[in-house]
Amino acid sequence: MGFFKNLVETSRVKSPWIVHFDCGSCNGCDIEVLACLTPLYDVERFGILNIGNPKHADILIVSGTVNYRNAKALRNVYDQMPEPRAVIAIGACGTSGGIFRDAYNVVGGVDKVIPVDVYVPGCPAKPEAIIDGVVLALAKLKERRSTKDTDALAEELHKAREFYANREDRKVVE
Amino acid sequence: MSTIIPFGPQHPVLPEPLHLKITLKDEIVTEAIPMLGYVHRGLETLVSLKDVDQMVQVVERVCGICSCIHAHTYCMCVEGILGIEVPQRAEFLRIIWSELHRMHSHLLWLGLLADAFGMESLFMHCWRIRERVMDVMEATAGNRVIISVNKVGGVRRDLSADQIRWIRQVIDELEAELDKIKPVLTNDYTVKKRTVGVGVLTKEQAYELGAVGPVLRGSGVAQDARMTGYGAYKYVDFEPVVETDGDSWARTMVRFRELYQAIDIVRQLINKLPDGEISVKVKAAKPEGEIVCRSEQPRGELMYYVKGNGSKFLERVRIRTPTFANVPPLLAMLPGIEMADVPVVALSIDPCISCTER
Repeated sequence: MGFFKNLVETSRVKSPWIVHFDCGSCNGCDIEVLACLTPLYDVERFGILNIGNPKHADILIVSGTVNYRNAKALRNVYDQMPEPRAVIAIGACGTSGGIFRDAYNVVGGVDKVIPVDVYVPGCPAKPEAIIDGVVLALAKLKERRSTKDTDALAEELHKAREFYANREDRKVVE
Repeated sequence: MSTIIPFGPQHPVLPEPLHLKITLKDEIVTEAIPMLGYVHRGLETLVSLKDVDQMVQVVERVCGICSCIHAHTYCMCVEGILGIEVPQRAEFLRIIWSELHRMHSHLLWLGLLADAFGMESLFMHCWRIRERVMDVMEATAGNRVIISVNKVGGVRRDLSADQIRWIRQVIDELEAELDKIKPVLTNDYTVKKRTVGVGVLTKEQAYELGAVGPVLRGSGVAQDARMTGYGAYKYVDFEPVVETDGDSWARTMVRFRELYQAIDIVRQLINKLPDGEISVKVKAAKPEGEIVCRSEQPRGELMYYVKGNGSKFLERVRIRTPTFANVPPLLAMLPGIEMADVPVVALSIDPCISCTER
């Protein structure tokens, strides 16, 4: 059991999967998040993958301010993510509302709706800063070991191993 | 029997929350209804809180991809009301940065389109080439995306002789790189299979529905707001890029050829760049009157309406952005195509939702 638990925890931190959600961003931060994936910065060489499905993701990257309409969508994406999870707010808007703070349809920073672990400042945040933010988020993810989900996953792997070890057709015929 | 499928707001193809309600009959789209409001912030009302100069920074953040052109158009409006003559060098520099923005925007879009039809390698190549343009922005203006060079009365930064030499070298390299990916875009089976004949918009439809920019020019209408000769465009020699097929392929080719055009314009401007001041001093601007200015964004025609009432706060700023005009043509393109083609066709108008909703 302990072996599987360690395996799950190590692989999660070594290869985090990321889902990117654009709240009310001006696109500046979005294209910088995308630029992280492209040849100059290329985070895929560290095993960081950008995926579309929140149920596969470990880290949620949110760019832009929250407004009254997308607050529900953001909450929905966050709720679908499995534990343990981390949230990164990108850019001045993501952290506090930025230049749009006073506009009538703006609720404020991402932390008004969901808990945020790492704030990446900048308008827009540079790709280097975003990668740094992900590294900081990984440290937080590592602290959140031994949650219910990890235990359940480790137990499932353990059961699978037992099952395959005891299968009749796998036994060596002497 | 028909099915209704939500496309978005969180969709892997789109970096932005565009939400379409798509009605399907089997695999064929019969109707598409856009649902907007996910990015609406209410930027235009900030005009009552930020004064004339501070609004430049606000309108830059209408859209991060073409921020320079937003700020340029806003400054043109305010300068028009105040009757300020911008120095010629400043006009040239503004257009040089605008055209650099056009290059990075088109390369970004080409990459996203390639990603939408599953050609990851082309996506990577486009973004690799784009990083050269971003380097130029960072070196000349200090930031990669929102460069904030425009101000009422001119520009904030000047280009040194060394930087100009370097920019010329970079755009030469860019042209060589574009020549390398050109065969992939023009001849490749995968690209043609997904774009040729998909999402057709006829010339009449484009004209009637009020399409702008590459969508309009891809349908065979030679209309380009740059031809009005605002800024330094009157000193440059160029023709609008036109394709006649009206499908996704035509729109792709318009944007690809505009990349070469942008390189050509930057080259012409650099060769003719006059010496002199880069800004005039504007003290405590209190504009009174109203004005409309048009300019050409990477996505099409942009229109600003500015009204001042003699105080340091403007009374009204109304922004009409190109994607707002291109949504009705998109809804005309979608019926009749397969569901699997929807992402490619939706991307072929180069949607910028943060522009549209502000």
